[in-house]
Amino acid sequence: MSSLILILVTGVGLGALYFLVASGLSLIYGLMHVLNFAHGAFLTAGAYAAWVATAHLSGLGGWSFPVAVLVGMVVGALIGALVEFFLIRPLYRRHIEQVLVTVGLGLMGVALFTGIWGPDPLPFPRPAWTTGTTDIGGAAIPNDRFLLIGAAGVLLIGLVLLLRYTRIGLIIRAGVENRSMVQALGIDVRRTFTLVFAIGGAAAALGGVLGSVYLGSVSPGQGTALLIYAFIVVVIGGFGSIGGTALAALVVGLVQQLANYYLYSGIGDVSVVLLLAAVLLVRPAGLTGKTA
Amino acid sequence: MTDILRLSGVQVRIAGSHILQGIDFAVSAGGVTAVLGRNGVGKTTTLKAILGLVPSTGTIEFDGARIDGVPTHRIVRSGVGYVPEDREVFASLTVEENLELAEVPGLDADYDTVHELFPELLQRRKQRAGTLSGGQQQMVALARVLLGPAKLLLVDEPTKGLAPKLVTEVGDVLARVAQRTTVLLVEQSLPLVRRIADTAIVIDTGRVVHVSDAASLLADESLVNSLLGVAGANVDVTPQRTRAGGSGT
Repeated sequence: MSSLILILVTGVGLGALYFLVASGLSLIYGLMHVLNFAHGAFLTAGAYAAWVATAHLSGLGGWSFPVAVLVGMVVGALIGALVEFFLIRPLYRRHIEQVLVTVGLGLMGVALFTGIWGPDPLPFPRPAWTTGTTDIGGAAIPNDRFLLIGAAGVLLIGLVLLLRYTRIGLIIRAGVENRSMVQALGIDVRRTFTLVFAIGGAAAALGGVLGSVYLGSVSPGQGTALLIYAFIVVVIGGFGSIGGTALAALVVGLVQQLANYYLYSGIGDVSVVLLLAAVLLVRPAGLTGKTA
Repeated sequence: MTDILRLSGVQVRIAGSHILQGIDFAVSAGGVTAVLGRNGVGKTTTLKAILGLVPSTGTIEFDGARIDGVPTHRIVRSGVGYVPEDREVFASLTVEENLELAEVPGLDADYDTVHELFPELLQRRKQRAGTLSGGQQQMVALARVLLGPAKLLLVDEPTKGLAPKLVTEVGDVLARVAQRTTVLLVEQSLPLVRRIADTAIVIDTGRVVHVSDAASLLADESLVNSLLGVAGANVDVTPQRTRAGGSGT
């Protein structure tokens, strides 16, 4: 029983990490129809920024980690906004070029991080409390799982509140449905695009920092590895739907962990791909019915 | 009377098709100007070109200033309202949210006029727009542009797919709106055009082929027949459609 609890909580934690990465990806595609293959670079940049910040913030004691997380998110948001403004904005309606630019940017990011910090994973300075465990039903659950789950919960609630109760959220929801009509109502949808890229970048960076806590290290290819799962989550959940993305992330995390434990170690990745295939066969538009 | 809108040599090419081949016309301030023509001649594209929703060449002036090349949102903010073909309400948003989107920050939205013209929307404000009937969705689409201080309304086939009674009601609303705002109306229902339009512009294969007052055009059956391909001015030339979605170009 304790093993099952550990597997379930770890699966939910992994799903939370996927949600952190995938939420921005889903919003960006839903609103702008941009497949952002550079999203992994936002994640890695945020993780390295937090890693660098932590080294310079040791004087803050217990505050060094939250401040480093904030630094990572700000860096992710800035990179997201700058990429949208300078590289994506000139290419709206030119989808092939967008894909080429974001793929190139993603590859460039990995090369850049490798050039600066080397190809090997660097130990990420984790707060002491994240390395401990909490007993639930006899299972010793690593605390970093709760950190991931809590952060994803806060992000989900924050995004839902933003989308439901603010004018910018109203514009995003309307833009996901019909971007041209939003412009035809006198709204500068390009500013919303920049904001959504910034939100996506910040969320990815948060995922990068907390993913580094989970893995215990930061490496140049970290974002690329997580991006694959993020895309799977977004497709399963339905593009542009935050609720669908959250549900899909949870399902993918749990399936991966359960398959790894109960079937065969390493088969979790295969099971996720099989899950994707099954969802596409049964519900091609994803769980929430929004097509790519 | 001064011209509020003037198009000179407006051309639009989309995916290799030369849809507008040099549109020239002017719209006087006040009243309703109808844009007529057979299906697929470029009426909807003309409205989209004015609004900057499709790339165009040529000159477009609104209220004395050039607006060609200006981003759509700025054209709208300068006083152009747009009621698109097929309404294009935001189906997943409530009626209230659809209207909130059309509000201009910093300006008082004219809900008094909207509620006076469409009292039903007040009762249905919490209902998702996608669940409304076609007529109710048309009310939302019209209400959105009436909230702001539009000087010119571009209205694209507002009666498309509506029952005859609703066509009459939409016509009444447009006639009332035209008392305070200039309306450029793309419409297939010639009886409606006869009732509310002052001027008629006929487009064929991407060019303006006729401009006159609406009454004299529609009184001339042979002219109507040659320009619009219909036998008389009392018919509705809306093409039969077998599926949802716009057929306009």
